[in-house]
Amino acid sequence: MIHIENLSKYYKDLCAVDQINLDIKKGEILGLLGPNGAGKTTTLRMLTGYFMPTSGTIRVKDYQLDENLLEIKKLMGYLPESAPLYHSMLVYDYLDYVAGLRGLDKNKKISRIRQLVDLCGLDEIMHRSISELSKGLNQRVGLAHAMMDDPEILILDEPTSGLDPNQIAEIREIIRHIGEEKTVILSTHILSEVEATCDRVVIIDKGKIVANDRMENLKQSAGQTHFIHLDILRANFQDVHDRLSGIDGVAEIEKINEKPNGPLSVKVACKSASDLRETVYHAIKQTDWVLIEFHQETKTLETIFRELTEED
Amino acid sequence: MQQVIRICNKELKDYFISPIAYIVISIFLLVTGWFFFTTFFYYNQADLRNFFNLLPITFSFLIPAVTMRLFSEELNVGSYEMLLTLPVTFKDILLGKFLAGVLFVAAALVPTFSYPIFIAFMGQLEWGPVAGGYLGALLLGASFVAVGLFASSLTRNQIIAFIVGMAICFTLTLIDKMLFFFPGSLLGVIGYLGADFHFQNIAKGIIDSRDIVYFLSVVFIGLYGTHLVMQEKN
Repeated sequence: MIHIENLSKYYKDLCAVDQINLDIKKGEILGLLGPNGAGKTTTLRMLTGYFMPTSGTIRVKDYQLDENLLEIKKLMGYLPESAPLYHSMLVYDYLDYVAGLRGLDKNKKISRIRQLVDLCGLDEIMHRSISELSKGLNQRVGLAHAMMDDPEILILDEPTSGLDPNQIAEIREIIRHIGEEKTVILSTHILSEVEATCDRVVIIDKGKIVANDRMENLKQSAGQTHFIHLDILRANFQDVHDRLSGIDGVAEIEKINEKPNGPLSVKVACKSASDLRETVYHAIKQTDWVLIEFHQETKTLETIFRELTEED
Repeated sequence: MQQVIRICNKELKDYFISPIAYIVISIFLLVTGWFFFTTFFYYNQADLRNFFNLLPITFSFLIPAVTMRLFSEELNVGSYEMLLTLPVTFKDILLGKFLAGVLFVAAALVPTFSYPIFIAFMGQLEWGPVAGGYLGALLLGASFVAVGLFASSLTRNQIIAFIVGMAICFTLTLIDKMLFFFPGSLLGVIGYLGADFHFQNIAKGIIDSRDIVYFLSVVFIGLYGTHLVMQEKN
Protein backbone atom coordinates (compact mmCIF):
# COMPACT_ATOMS: atom_id res chain seq x y z
CA MET A 1 0.00 0.00 0.00
CA ILE A 2 2.66 2.48 1.07
CA HIS A 3 6.29 2.12 0.11
CA ILE A 4 8.92 4.42 1.57
CA GLU A 5 12.46 4.29 0.30
CA ASN A 6 15.56 6.06 1.63
CA LEU A 7 13.50 8.93 2.94
CA SER A 8 15.49 11.78 4.49
CA LYS A 9 14.67 15.24 5.70
CA TYR A 10 17.10 17.94 6.72
CA TYR A 11 16.18 21.24 8.33
CA LYS A 12 19.15 23.29 7.25
CA ASP A 13 21.94 21.18 8.81
CA LEU A 14 19.79 19.32 11.28
CA CYS A 15 18.89 15.83 10.19
CA ALA A 16 15.33 15.04 11.30
CA VAL A 17 14.76 11.86 9.34
CA ASP A 18 17.63 9.75 8.14
CA GLN A 19 17.31 7.19 5.32
CA ILE A 20 14.08 5.51 6.36
CA ASN A 21 12.79 2.45 4.52
CA LEU A 22 9.31 1.21 5.32
CA ASP A 23 6.54 -0.82 3.76
CA ILE A 24 3.01 -0.60 5.03
CA LYS A 25 0.44 -3.15 4.01
CA LYS A 26 -3.23 -2.65 3.45
CA GLY A 27 -5.40 -3.05 6.52
CA GLU A 28 -2.57 -2.68 8.97
CA ILE A 29 -2.56 -0.54 12.09
CA LEU A 30 0.98 0.72 12.35
CA GLY A 31 2.29 2.43 15.44
CA LEU A 32 5.10 4.90 15.03
CA LEU A 33 6.85 5.12 18.35
CA GLY A 34 9.70 7.28 19.49
CA PRO A 35 10.86 9.80 22.06
CA ASN A 36 10.13 13.49 21.54
CA GLY A 37 11.98 14.91 18.57
CA ALA A 38 12.72 11.51 17.06
CA GLY A 39 11.25 12.46 13.68
CA LYS A 40 7.77 10.93 13.92
CA THR A 41 5.87 14.06 12.98
CA THR A 42 8.32 14.92 10.22
CA THR A 43 7.89 11.46 8.72
CA LEU A 44 4.12 11.75 8.81
CA ARG A 45 4.24 15.23 7.33
CA MET A 46 6.28 13.98 4.42
CA LEU A 47 3.91 11.07 3.97
CA THR A 48 0.98 13.45 3.65
CA GLY A 49 2.81 15.75 1.27
CA TYR A 50 2.95 18.68 3.68
CA PHE A 51 6.74 18.63 3.76
CA MET A 52 8.89 17.92 0.76
CA PRO A 53 11.49 15.24 1.49
CA THR A 54 15.13 16.24 1.07
CA SER A 55 15.73 12.92 -0.64
CA GLY A 56 14.07 9.57 -1.08
CA THR A 57 10.78 8.43 -2.54
CA ILE A 58 7.32 7.71 -1.24
CA ARG A 59 4.85 5.63 -3.20
CA VAL A 60 1.24 5.15 -2.27
CA LYS A 61 -0.50 2.43 -4.29
CA ASP A 62 0.66 3.23 -7.82
CA TYR A 63 1.17 6.89 -7.22
CA GLN A 64 4.47 8.66 -6.75
CA LEU A 65 4.25 11.36 -4.10
CA ASP A 66 6.05 14.10 -6.01
CA GLU A 67 4.06 13.50 -9.20
CA ASN A 68 0.54 12.58 -8.13
CA LEU A 69 0.25 14.44 -4.87
CA LEU A 70 -3.38 15.33 -5.41
CA GLU A 71 -4.37 11.69 -6.03
CA ILE A 72 -2.56 10.63 -2.88
CA LYS A 73 -4.20 13.37 -0.83
CA LYS A 74 -7.55 12.00 -1.95
CA LEU A 75 -6.65 8.58 -0.51
CA MET A 76 -5.49 9.94 2.81
CA GLY A 77 -7.09 11.39 5.87
CA TYR A 78 -4.69 13.21 8.15
CA LEU A 79 -5.05 14.49 11.67
CA PRO A 80 -2.08 16.66 12.69
CA GLU A 81 -0.93 16.83 16.26
CA SER A 82 -3.41 18.63 18.55
CA ALA A 83 -5.87 19.07 15.68
CA PRO A 84 -5.45 22.73 14.68
CA LEU A 85 -8.92 23.69 13.45
CA TYR A 86 -10.27 27.08 12.42
CA HIS A 87 -11.27 28.73 15.66
CA SER A 88 -13.81 31.08 14.23
CA MET A 89 -16.00 28.42 12.62
CA LEU A 90 -18.90 26.39 13.94
CA VAL A 91 -18.36 22.65 14.04
CA TYR A 92 -21.05 22.05 11.46
CA ASP A 93 -19.71 24.74 9.13
CA TYR A 94 -16.25 23.31 9.43
CA LEU A 95 -17.29 19.77 8.60
CA ASP A 96 -19.39 21.08 5.74
CA TYR A 97 -16.38 22.99 4.39
CA VAL A 98 -14.13 19.94 4.62
CA ALA A 99 -16.77 17.77 2.95
CA GLY A 100 -16.92 20.30 0.13
CA LEU A 101 -13.16 20.33 -0.36
CA ARG A 102 -13.21 16.54 -0.27
CA GLY A 103 -15.59 16.68 -3.20
CA LEU A 104 -18.67 15.11 -1.61
CA ASP A 105 -21.89 16.15 -3.31
CA LYS A 106 -24.78 17.66 -1.44
CA ASN A 107 -26.72 14.52 -0.48
CA LYS A 108 -23.66 12.49 0.34
CA LYS A 109 -22.34 15.35 2.40
CA ILE A 110 -25.30 15.33 4.75
CA SER A 111 -25.41 11.57 5.21
CA ARG A 112 -21.65 11.35 5.73
CA ILE A 113 -21.65 14.14 8.29
CA ARG A 114 -24.48 12.32 10.12
CA GLN A 115 -22.44 9.10 10.19
CA LEU A 116 -19.39 10.88 11.52
CA VAL A 117 -21.42 12.66 14.15
CA ASP A 118 -22.56 9.29 15.45
CA LEU A 119 -19.12 7.72 15.20
CA CYS A 120 -17.25 10.52 16.92
CA GLY A 121 -20.04 11.57 19.29
CA LEU A 122 -20.48 15.15 18.08
CA ASP A 123 -24.28 15.45 18.48
CA GLU A 124 -24.28 18.05 21.16
CA ILE A 125 -21.62 20.36 19.77
CA MET A 126 -22.55 20.71 16.10
CA HIS A 127 -23.63 24.31 16.54
CA ARG A 128 -20.92 25.41 18.87
CA SER A 129 -17.94 27.47 17.88
CA ILE A 130 -14.72 25.49 17.59
CA SER A 131 -12.93 27.98 19.84
CA GLU A 132 -15.22 26.94 22.72
CA LEU A 133 -14.46 23.24 22.50
CA SER A 134 -12.43 21.37 25.07
CA LYS A 135 -9.30 19.57 23.98
CA GLY A 136 -11.03 16.20 23.72
CA LEU A 137 -13.95 17.50 21.70
CA ASN A 138 -11.58 19.39 19.46
CA GLN A 139 -9.69 16.16 18.86
CA ARG A 140 -12.90 14.36 17.96
CA VAL A 141 -13.82 17.02 15.42
CA GLY A 142 -10.32 16.60 14.02
CA LEU A 143 -10.91 12.87 13.74
CA ALA A 144 -14.15 13.53 11.86
CA HIS A 145 -12.17 15.86 9.59
CA ALA A 146 -9.66 13.10 8.85
CA MET A 147 -12.32 10.48 8.15
CA MET A 148 -14.59 12.68 6.06
CA ASP A 149 -14.04 10.98 2.73
CA ASP A 150 -13.84 7.49 4.25
CA PRO A 151 -10.18 7.45 3.22
CA GLU A 152 -8.25 4.25 2.61
CA ILE A 153 -5.33 5.48 4.66
CA LEU A 154 -5.73 7.27 7.94
CA ILE A 155 -2.75 9.06 9.44
CA LEU A 156 -3.01 10.25 13.01
CA ASP A 157 -0.31 12.23 14.77
CA GLU A 158 -0.54 11.68 18.52
CA PRO A 159 -4.32 11.27 18.44
CA THR A 160 -4.70 10.89 22.19
CA SER A 161 -2.28 13.51 23.49
CA GLY A 162 -3.80 15.71 26.15
CA LEU A 163 -6.98 13.70 26.59
CA ASP A 164 -8.37 12.30 29.79
CA PRO A 165 -8.46 8.52 30.30
CA ASN A 166 -12.10 8.17 29.25
CA GLN A 167 -11.53 10.10 26.09
CA ILE A 168 -8.40 8.11 25.33
CA ALA A 169 -10.37 4.89 25.63
CA GLU A 170 -13.05 6.28 23.31
CA ILE A 171 -10.58 7.44 20.67
CA ARG A 172 -8.78 4.09 20.78
CA GLU A 173 -12.08 2.32 20.31
CA ILE A 174 -12.76 4.45 17.24
CA ILE A 175 -9.28 3.78 15.84
CA ARG A 176 -9.62 0.02 16.33
CA HIS A 177 -13.01 0.15 14.66
CA ILE A 178 -11.62 1.97 11.62
CA GLY A 179 -8.56 -0.27 11.55
CA GLU A 180 -10.72 -3.29 10.76
CA GLU A 181 -10.96 -2.15 7.15
CA LYS A 182 -8.52 0.69 6.67
CA THR A 183 -4.83 1.24 6.90
CA VAL A 184 -4.04 3.31 9.94
CA ILE A 185 -0.71 4.89 10.82
CA LEU A 186 -0.51 6.55 14.20
CA SER A 187 2.36 8.13 16.01
CA THR A 188 2.65 8.34 19.74
CA HIS A 189 5.07 8.31 22.60
CA ILE A 190 2.64 6.50 24.85
CA LEU A 191 3.60 2.85 24.89
CA SER A 192 0.39 1.39 26.21
CA GLU A 193 -1.37 3.01 23.30
CA VAL A 194 0.65 1.01 20.83
CA GLU A 195 0.13 -2.16 22.81
CA ALA A 196 -3.59 -1.54 22.92
CA THR A 197 -4.21 -0.67 19.29
CA CYS A 198 -1.42 -1.56 16.88
CA ASP A 199 -0.58 -4.64 14.83
CA ARG A 200 2.93 -3.54 14.07
CA VAL A 201 5.36 -1.21 15.76
CA VAL A 202 8.06 0.91 14.24
CA ILE A 203 10.36 2.54 16.76
CA ILE A 204 12.18 5.64 15.55
CA ASP A 205 15.06 7.27 17.31
CA LYS A 206 17.09 10.24 16.06
CA GLY A 207 15.56 9.91 12.62
CA LYS A 208 16.41 6.24 12.19
CA ILE A 209 14.26 3.14 12.46
CA VAL A 210 15.62 1.07 15.32
CA ALA A 211 12.90 -1.58 15.42
CA ASN A 212 10.21 -2.64 13.02
CA ASP A 213 8.23 -5.74 13.86
CA ARG A 214 4.94 -7.19 14.94
CA MET A 215 4.07 -6.66 18.57
CA GLU A 216 4.43 -10.33 19.57
CA ASN A 217 7.74 -10.77 17.78
CA LEU A 218 9.18 -7.72 19.38
CA LYS A 219 8.36 -9.03 22.81
CA GLN A 220 9.71 -12.47 21.95
CA SER A 221 12.98 -11.09 20.65
CA ALA A 222 13.48 -9.38 23.96
CA GLY A 223 14.06 -12.86 25.37
CA GLN A 224 11.07 -13.10 27.66
CA THR A 225 13.22 -12.67 30.72
CA HIS A 226 11.39 -12.29 33.99
CA PHE A 227 12.10 -10.05 36.91
CA ILE A 228 10.87 -10.67 40.41
CA HIS A 229 10.19 -7.66 42.58
CA LEU A 230 10.44 -8.10 46.33
CA ASP A 231 9.76 -5.67 49.14
CA ILE A 232 11.05 -7.05 52.42
CA LEU A 233 10.94 -5.66 55.94
CA ARG A 234 13.62 -6.32 58.56
CA ALA A 235 16.33 -7.42 56.19
CA ASN A 236 19.53 -5.94 54.89
CA PHE A 237 20.61 -6.16 51.30
CA GLN A 238 23.76 -8.20 51.92
CA ASP A 239 21.81 -11.02 53.61
CA VAL A 240 19.17 -11.05 50.90
CA HIS A 241 21.83 -11.12 48.23
CA ASP A 242 23.66 -14.04 49.85
CA ARG A 243 20.53 -16.05 50.33
CA LEU A 244 19.00 -15.54 46.91
CA SER A 245 22.15 -15.77 44.79
CA GLY A 246 22.41 -19.40 45.84
CA ILE A 247 19.23 -20.22 43.93
CA ASP A 248 19.72 -21.90 40.60
CA GLY A 249 18.50 -19.68 37.75
CA VAL A 250 19.05 -16.29 39.33
CA ALA A 251 21.13 -14.05 37.11
CA GLU A 252 21.43 -10.85 39.05
CA ILE A 253 20.17 -9.24 42.23
CA GLU A 254 19.78 -5.52 42.33
CA LYS A 255 18.88 -3.17 45.15
CA ILE A 256 16.27 -0.69 44.02
CA ASN A 257 15.96 1.29 47.19
CA GLU A 258 16.20 0.98 50.92
CA LYS A 259 14.68 3.19 53.56
CA PRO A 260 15.61 3.15 57.22
CA ASN A 261 12.67 1.53 59.04
CA GLY A 262 11.06 0.95 55.66
CA PRO A 263 11.08 -1.96 53.27
CA LEU A 264 14.05 -3.02 51.22
CA SER A 265 13.17 -3.24 47.51
CA VAL A 266 15.03 -5.81 45.49
CA LYS A 267 14.82 -6.77 41.85
CA VAL A 268 15.86 -10.31 40.96
CA ALA A 269 16.62 -10.98 37.29
CA CYS A 270 16.02 -14.54 36.16
CA LYS A 271 18.28 -16.27 33.69
CA SER A 272 15.74 -18.04 31.54
CA ALA A 273 12.03 -18.09 31.05
CA SER A 274 11.71 -20.38 34.06
CA ASP A 275 9.41 -19.32 36.88
CA LEU A 276 11.45 -18.93 40.10
CA ARG A 277 8.71 -17.56 42.29
CA GLU A 278 8.21 -20.74 44.24
CA THR A 279 11.91 -21.25 45.06
CA VAL A 280 12.37 -17.62 46.00
CA TYR A 281 9.36 -17.80 48.27
CA HIS A 282 10.65 -20.90 50.04
CA ALA A 283 14.07 -19.34 50.47
CA ILE A 284 12.58 -16.33 52.19
CA LYS A 285 10.08 -18.31 54.26
CA GLN A 286 12.92 -19.91 56.22
CA THR A 287 14.03 -16.51 57.58
CA ASP A 288 12.26 -14.07 59.88
CA TRP A 289 12.02 -11.36 57.20
CA VAL A 290 8.60 -10.00 56.43
CA LEU A 291 7.63 -10.16 52.80
CA ILE A 292 5.18 -7.37 51.98
CA GLU A 293 5.37 -7.22 48.19
CA PHE A 294 6.08 -10.00 45.75
CA HIS A 295 5.40 -9.94 42.01
CA GLN A 296 6.87 -11.03 38.73
CA GLU A 297 7.38 -8.79 35.69
CA THR A 298 8.06 -9.72 32.13
CA LYS A 299 10.18 -7.50 29.96
CA THR A 300 7.67 -5.11 28.44
CA LEU A 301 7.54 -2.83 25.48
CA GLU A 302 8.63 -0.13 27.84
CA THR A 303 11.95 -1.79 28.60
CA ILE A 304 12.48 -2.60 24.95
CA PHE A 305 11.75 0.99 24.06
CA ARG A 306 14.13 2.31 26.66
CA GLU A 307 16.93 0.03 25.59
CA LEU A 308 16.55 0.99 21.95
CA THR A 309 16.29 4.71 22.40
CA GLU A 310 18.54 5.36 25.33
CA GLU A 311 21.14 8.09 25.04
CA ASP A 312 24.61 6.69 24.72
CA MET B 1 -11.52 25.85 -9.99
CA GLN B 2 -14.26 24.56 -7.72
CA GLN B 3 -11.79 24.29 -4.89
CA VAL B 4 -10.79 27.93 -5.44
CA ILE B 5 -14.42 28.97 -5.12
CA ARG B 6 -14.90 26.89 -1.96
CA ILE B 7 -11.86 28.41 -0.29
CA CYS B 8 -12.83 31.91 -1.41
CA ASN B 9 -16.32 31.31 -0.04
CA LYS B 10 -14.99 30.25 3.31
CA GLU B 11 -12.72 33.27 3.62
CA LEU B 12 -15.52 35.65 2.66
CA LYS B 13 -17.81 34.01 5.21
CA ASP B 14 -15.11 34.47 7.84
CA TYR B 15 -14.99 38.19 7.04
CA PHE B 16 -18.70 38.75 7.11
CA ILE B 17 -19.56 36.53 10.07
CA SER B 18 -16.99 38.21 12.28
CA PRO B 19 -17.05 41.97 12.91
CA ILE B 20 -13.92 42.59 10.78
CA ALA B 21 -15.83 43.30 7.57
CA TYR B 22 -18.26 45.74 9.15
CA ILE B 23 -15.60 47.62 11.08
CA VAL B 24 -13.25 47.93 8.14
CA ILE B 25 -15.96 48.93 5.68
CA SER B 26 -17.47 51.52 8.02
CA ILE B 27 -14.09 53.08 8.68
CA PHE B 28 -13.39 53.16 4.97
CA LEU B 29 -16.72 54.86 4.24
CA LEU B 30 -16.30 57.34 7.08
CA VAL B 31 -12.79 58.35 6.07
CA THR B 32 -13.42 58.64 2.34
CA GLY B 33 -16.85 60.21 2.83
CA TRP B 34 -15.55 62.81 5.24
CA PHE B 35 -12.55 63.88 3.19
CA PHE B 36 -14.49 63.88 -0.04
CA PHE B 37 -17.57 65.82 1.03
CA THR B 38 -15.92 68.40 3.28
CA THR B 39 -14.24 69.95 0.23
CA PHE B 40 -16.70 68.85 -2.42
CA PHE B 41 -18.92 71.94 -2.30
CA TYR B 42 -16.02 74.45 -2.44
CA TYR B 43 -14.90 73.23 -5.84
CA ASN B 44 -18.38 73.39 -7.24
CA GLN B 45 -17.55 70.67 -9.73
CA ALA B 46 -19.62 67.59 -10.36
CA ASP B 47 -16.92 64.92 -10.37
CA LEU B 48 -15.36 62.29 -8.14
CA ARG B 49 -11.78 63.33 -8.67
CA ASN B 50 -11.12 64.07 -5.01
CA PHE B 51 -12.57 60.76 -3.96
CA PHE B 52 -10.29 58.86 -6.32
CA ASN B 53 -7.29 61.01 -5.40
CA LEU B 54 -7.58 59.81 -1.86
CA LEU B 55 -8.22 56.17 -2.61
CA PRO B 56 -4.62 54.89 -2.96
CA ILE B 57 -3.68 56.21 0.50
CA THR B 58 -6.81 54.81 2.17
CA PHE B 59 -6.31 51.50 0.45
CA SER B 60 -2.70 51.28 1.68
CA PHE B 61 -4.01 51.28 5.25
CA LEU B 62 -7.15 49.36 4.72
CA ILE B 63 -6.22 46.45 2.52
CA PRO B 64 -3.26 45.15 4.59
CA ALA B 65 -5.64 45.15 7.57
CA VAL B 66 -7.97 42.91 5.61
CA THR B 67 -5.34 40.58 4.19
CA MET B 68 -3.06 40.31 7.23
CA ARG B 69 -4.86 37.27 8.63
CA LEU B 70 -5.13 35.25 5.43
CA PHE B 71 -1.90 33.29 5.87
CA SER B 72 -0.58 34.49 9.24
CA GLU B 73 -3.54 33.13 11.16
CA GLU B 74 -3.37 29.76 9.42
CA LEU B 75 0.34 29.50 10.14
CA ASN B 76 -0.11 30.57 13.73
CA VAL B 77 -2.95 28.18 14.55
CA GLY B 78 -1.47 25.42 12.40
CA SER B 79 -4.65 24.94 10.41
CA TYR B 80 -2.57 25.44 7.28
CA GLU B 81 -1.34 21.89 7.73
CA MET B 82 -4.89 20.55 7.77
CA LEU B 83 -5.84 22.64 4.77
CA LEU B 84 -2.86 21.69 2.65
CA THR B 85 -3.30 17.97 3.32
CA LEU B 86 -6.85 18.08 1.99
CA PRO B 87 -7.08 17.40 -1.73
CA VAL B 88 -6.25 20.96 -2.77
CA THR B 89 -3.17 22.39 -4.43
CA PHE B 90 -1.33 25.42 -3.14
CA LYS B 91 -2.55 27.31 -6.21
CA ASP B 92 -6.16 26.70 -5.17
CA ILE B 93 -5.49 28.08 -1.72
CA LEU B 94 -3.61 31.11 -3.02
CA LEU B 95 -6.17 32.03 -5.66
CA GLY B 96 -9.06 31.40 -3.29
CA LYS B 97 -7.65 33.75 -0.70
CA PHE B 98 -6.69 36.34 -3.30
CA LEU B 99 -10.16 36.26 -4.80
CA ALA B 100 -11.75 36.62 -1.36
CA GLY B 101 -9.62 39.71 -0.74
CA VAL B 102 -10.55 41.26 -4.08
CA LEU B 103 -14.25 40.58 -3.52
CA PHE B 104 -13.97 42.17 -0.12
CA VAL B 105 -12.50 45.32 -1.67
CA ALA B 106 -15.31 45.29 -4.21
CA ALA B 107 -17.84 44.98 -1.38
CA ALA B 108 -16.28 47.99 0.33
CA LEU B 109 -16.56 50.00 -2.89
CA VAL B 110 -20.20 49.17 -3.56
CA PRO B 111 -21.67 51.63 -0.99
CA THR B 112 -19.65 54.45 -2.54
CA PHE B 113 -21.74 54.12 -5.72
CA SER B 114 -24.13 56.37 -3.87
CA TYR B 115 -21.67 59.27 -4.31
CA PRO B 116 -21.86 59.46 -8.12
CA ILE B 117 -25.60 58.83 -8.03
CA PHE B 118 -26.01 61.65 -5.54
CA ILE B 119 -23.77 63.97 -7.56
CA ALA B 120 -25.60 63.15 -10.79
CA PHE B 121 -28.72 64.70 -9.29
CA MET B 122 -26.92 67.95 -8.59
CA GLY B 123 -24.95 68.54 -11.75
CA GLN B 124 -23.74 67.18 -15.02
CA LEU B 125 -21.63 64.17 -14.03
CA GLU B 126 -19.37 62.65 -16.64
CA TRP B 127 -19.72 58.90 -16.29
CA GLY B 128 -16.56 57.97 -18.22
CA PRO B 129 -14.07 58.95 -15.51
CA VAL B 130 -16.33 57.44 -12.85
CA ALA B 131 -16.37 54.05 -14.59
CA GLY B 132 -12.63 54.33 -15.15
CA GLY B 133 -12.14 55.25 -11.53
CA TYR B 134 -13.96 52.21 -10.27
CA LEU B 135 -12.13 49.91 -12.68
CA GLY B 136 -8.87 51.46 -11.51
CA ALA B 137 -9.91 51.09 -7.88
CA LEU B 138 -10.53 47.41 -8.41
CA LEU B 139 -7.17 46.94 -10.13
CA LEU B 140 -5.40 48.92 -7.43
CA GLY B 141 -7.25 46.92 -4.76
CA ALA B 142 -6.27 43.64 -6.41
CA SER B 143 -2.59 44.58 -6.50
CA PHE B 144 -2.65 45.68 -2.86
CA VAL B 145 -4.39 42.44 -1.91
CA ALA B 146 -1.60 40.51 -3.63
CA VAL B 147 0.99 42.57 -1.74
CA GLY B 148 -0.90 42.04 1.52
CA LEU B 149 -1.05 38.29 0.92
CA PHE B 150 2.68 38.26 0.39
CA ALA B 151 3.24 40.13 3.66
CA SER B 152 0.89 37.72 5.42
CA SER B 153 2.83 34.70 4.20
CA LEU B 154 6.07 36.05 5.68
CA THR B 155 5.12 35.76 9.33
CA ARG B 156 2.84 34.13 11.86
CA ASN B 157 2.26 37.47 13.53
CA GLN B 158 -0.68 39.38 12.09
CA ILE B 159 0.56 42.74 13.33
CA ILE B 160 3.89 42.33 11.58
CA ALA B 161 2.05 41.20 8.46
CA PHE B 162 -0.07 44.36 8.63
CA ILE B 163 2.89 46.68 9.06
CA VAL B 164 4.96 45.07 6.32
CA GLY B 165 1.99 45.08 3.95
CA MET B 166 1.21 48.68 4.74
CA ALA B 167 4.84 49.73 4.25
CA ILE B 168 4.98 48.18 0.79
CA CYS B 169 1.60 49.58 -0.29
CA PHE B 170 2.52 53.00 1.05
CA THR B 171 5.83 52.99 -0.80
CA LEU B 172 4.09 52.01 -4.02
CA THR B 173 1.61 54.84 -3.55
CA LEU B 174 4.03 57.59 -2.65
CA ILE B 175 7.16 56.73 -4.58
CA ASP B 176 6.30 58.92 -7.56
CA LYS B 177 5.82 61.88 -5.21
CA MET B 178 9.37 61.60 -3.96
CA LEU B 179 11.19 61.67 -7.24
CA PHE B 180 13.46 64.50 -6.12
CA PHE B 181 15.30 62.04 -3.86
CA PHE B 182 16.46 59.97 -6.80
CA PRO B 183 19.12 60.60 -9.46
CA GLY B 184 17.84 61.91 -12.75
CA SER B 185 18.67 58.83 -14.74
CA LEU B 186 16.32 56.68 -12.63
CA LEU B 187 13.37 59.04 -12.68
CA GLY B 188 11.58 57.35 -15.55
CA VAL B 189 11.78 53.90 -14.01
CA ILE B 190 10.82 54.96 -10.51
CA GLY B 191 8.00 57.14 -11.73
CA TYR B 192 6.66 54.13 -13.57
CA LEU B 193 6.69 52.08 -10.33
CA GLY B 194 4.23 54.39 -8.61
CA ALA B 195 0.80 52.87 -8.17
CA ASP B 196 -0.81 56.26 -7.75
CA PHE B 197 0.47 57.48 -11.12
CA HIS B 198 -1.11 54.54 -12.95
CA PHE B 199 -4.27 54.69 -10.93
CA GLN B 200 -4.81 58.40 -11.67
CA ASN B 201 -4.37 57.70 -15.37
CA ILE B 202 -7.20 55.20 -15.32
CA ALA B 203 -9.29 57.39 -13.04
CA LYS B 204 -9.18 60.14 -15.67
CA GLY B 205 -11.04 57.71 -17.89
CA ILE B 206 -8.05 56.84 -20.07
CA ILE B 207 -7.66 53.10 -20.35
CA ASP B 208 -4.05 52.59 -21.32
CA SER B 209 -2.66 49.10 -21.66
CA ARG B 210 0.50 50.20 -19.80
CA ASP B 211 -1.49 50.94 -16.66
CA ILE B 212 -3.38 47.67 -16.85
CA VAL B 213 -0.14 45.78 -17.40
CA TYR B 214 1.38 47.54 -14.39
CA PHE B 215 -1.39 46.43 -12.02
CA LEU B 216 -1.48 42.90 -13.40
CA SER B 217 2.30 42.68 -12.93
CA VAL B 218 2.04 43.77 -9.29
CA VAL B 219 -0.65 41.12 -8.74
CA PHE B 220 1.49 38.49 -10.41
CA ILE B 221 4.66 39.41 -8.52
CA GLY B 222 2.79 39.49 -5.20
CA LEU B 223 1.19 36.10 -5.75
CA TYR B 224 4.34 34.54 -7.10
CA GLY B 225 6.30 35.88 -4.13
CA THR B 226 3.76 34.32 -1.79
CA HIS B 227 4.08 31.05 -3.65
CA LEU B 228 7.87 31.10 -3.25
CA VAL B 229 7.71 31.97 0.45
CA MET B 230 5.20 29.24 1.27
CA GLN B 231 7.10 26.68 -0.81
CA GLU B 232 10.24 27.53 1.10
CA LYS B 233 8.47 26.87 4.40
CA ASN B 234 7.86 23.22 3.51
